[in-house]
Amino acid sequence: MLSIKGLKAEIEGKEILSGIDLEVKAGEIHAIMGPNGSGKSTLASVLAGREEYEVTGGSVTYKGKDLLEMAAEDRAREGVFLAFQYPVEIPGVSNINFLKTALNEIRTSKGLEPITAKDFLARVRERSALVELDTKLKNRSVNEGFSGGEKKRNEIFQMAMLEPSLSVLDETDSGLDIDALRIVANGVNQLKNETNATIVVTHYQRLLDYIIPDFVHVLYQGRIVRSGPKELAMELEEKGYDWIKEENGETVDV
Amino acid sequence: MAYKGDDLLEEVTNKDYEYGFVTDIESDLAPVGLNASIIRLISQKKNEPEWLLEWRLKSFELWQKMTEPEWAHIQYPRPDFQSFHYYAAPKQKKNPKSLDEVDPELLKTFDKLGISLDEQKKLTGVAVDIVVDSVSVATTFKAKLAELGIIFCSFSEAVQEHPQLVQKYLGTVVPRSDNFYAALNSAVFTDGSFCYIPKGVRCPMELSTYFRINEAKTGQFERTLVIADEDSYVSYLEGCTAPMRDENQLHAAVVELIALDGAEIKYSTVQNWYPGDDEGKGGVYNFVTKRGICHNRSTISWTQVETGSAITWKYPSCILKGDHAVGEFFSVALTNKLQQADTGTKMIHIGKNTKSTIISKGISAGKSQNSYRGLVKIGKNAENARNFSQCDSLLMGDRCGAHTFPYIEVENPSAQVEHEATTSKIGEDQIFYCNQRGIDTEKAISLIVNGYAKEVLNKLPMEFAVEAQKLLAISLEGSVG
Repeated sequence: MLSIKGLKAEIEGKEILSGIDLEVKAGEIHAIMGPNGSGKSTLASVLAGREEYEVTGGSVTYKGKDLLEMAAEDRAREGVFLAFQYPVEIPGVSNINFLKTALNEIRTSKGLEPITAKDFLARVRERSALVELDTKLKNRSVNEGFSGGEKKRNEIFQMAMLEPSLSVLDETDSGLDIDALRIVANGVNQLKNETNATIVVTHYQRLLDYIIPDFVHVLYQGRIVRSGPKELAMELEEKGYDWIKEENGETVDV
Repeated sequence: MAYKGDDLLEEVTNKDYEYGFVTDIESDLAPVGLNASIIRLISQKKNEPEWLLEWRLKSFELWQKMTEPEWAHIQYPRPDFQSFHYYAAPKQKKNPKSLDEVDPELLKTFDKLGISLDEQKKLTGVAVDIVVDSVSVATTFKAKLAELGIIFCSFSEAVQEHPQLVQKYLGTVVPRSDNFYAALNSAVFTDGSFCYIPKGVRCPMELSTYFRINEAKTGQFERTLVIADEDSYVSYLEGCTAPMRDENQLHAAVVELIALDGAEIKYSTVQNWYPGDDEGKGGVYNFVTKRGICHNRSTISWTQVETGSAITWKYPSCILKGDHAVGEFFSVALTNKLQQADTGTKMIHIGKNTKSTIISKGISAGKSQNSYRGLVKIGKNAENARNFSQCDSLLMGDRCGAHTFPYIEVENPSAQVEHEATTSKIGEDQIFYCNQRGIDTEKAISLIVNGYAKEVLNKLPMEFAVEAQKLLAISLEGSVG
């Protein structure tokens, strides 16, 4: 589904990604871990098409198409979904109207008719239950006045509504208490199937207790320095990131 | 009501000012320039009674002694008032009795404006009066309204048919000497709409007027007079368009509203005059005086969506004369390119327990300048007067300006006056968030702007709210990037 080869990207002249290689197939969950500043969120942003980042090398192929050539909205319409680390507030635009607009844009791009109000509401009811989202939040302005946990749940709710092929969860666990973490993870697990794939970007192993990855990759200084099965995450939790840093030639103050 | 940003997109593809066509119909034009004999000519053309001619001439006399106001935050070359035609009428048979008698070219114009009279009549139940250049050309639904005793007709017709009402109220809310443009209008106004709702009658349909400037180098000076008698109710809407011209066209209207005891008037405007091109060439100069007087327990509510005009100078106001009177002002003013708007309201509290609300939403894009200017005045005897004002500004890009000039004058210690103001920018983060959900940038902006303006758009009658949303989207075309 997704094939990243030698991807390099910079922001304001500073290189953040220095050659990323990653293959993601349908039905898989990949975890990207790494210390702060290793380029995890940059990778997520570049995949989603954020323009502040300049891609300076490499390629990204998604469903056989050159992803980097596509505008952000076209990537979304093709099924790329980013769950934001910091979901954005849009005052005056109700959550429900926002989602309906998004859903219909995606449908229109595929030559489908806009969803009927009845079907839409049925889907809202069903999918909001998945992340135990308070019904009141659906009619409030997008993310405005939401707590940190509500914002993250709202991201997963949107993901459930839009049914993406490739979901990138950018630090979705940050700022969540254990109950919220469980709810969010539960939502992600239920949405998983043989045709979609998920990339979970996280700093902590904690989330991976609930979302079991097929592969774990460690990102450091803009490169994937180690990949392995889910046990790698446990190892990281135990030893911390210093071990990775030392292995890659950095002196670590003890 | 639901705000569907998605309904907008189909309309949004048309990037330019879509009402910029000229209708090829013969016009009856007065010679260029302004003097007493032109005024006599206008009055004579309209077969006016002597008192009205005298009223006009007195206004002209006052106007000659006045100078143009300089205090507004707008810059423009002063119009040469001797270069306009002060009377332009589409030539047609006198007083058409039915639509069949109206010039077919004119009817085509209405079609292009999206207001097929026939359809309007049948489907929407909105009674429409249409003013092209200076003359009112068609009023629908008159008979049906007449059954309720409602008078809705062109101003000229009212002068002929209901002179006592016109004479009693004309100039009582906006005196001839009020300001430069009001005086000019009083001297040369040619037509407009007139509406009278009898005691205790609730007008069953929206009354609507469409104004259009067609002829080159004409000034349009309409005069609108709405009288709501005791305990009556009326909702009134005006829409405005003009063709694209290189020269600036002048529009200086006067609107007077009278809400007698217990009456309610809702007055909504969707203003879409030609704003000029990218270099600021052409466009309508819109200098308008709108004011209403509220007697005991009455309400006047102004709602305006201003997207057009090169210059907008407009302050729909309420004089809350009676006790328990209520004044409301809901405004969305959008400026793009090189447009300039200086708009707001005046709430004059005179009676006891009077209440006013001001919600103003300014949107500036391109290199435009957008100012809110509002006065809240609480008089000596206005016990327990209350006002709430909220003035928000939304900026797009870094070359436009938003300005707020609130004036508050309180002479009674029991008054409660609140003023809130915010300024925000449409963030790239917000747009990217929308993009990432499959919504393109143009649509994202229209979604965000409509969300921002929702409080005001909600006050418009349903079908016009949809029209206003489309207008906002079209007016912001290409403003980001």
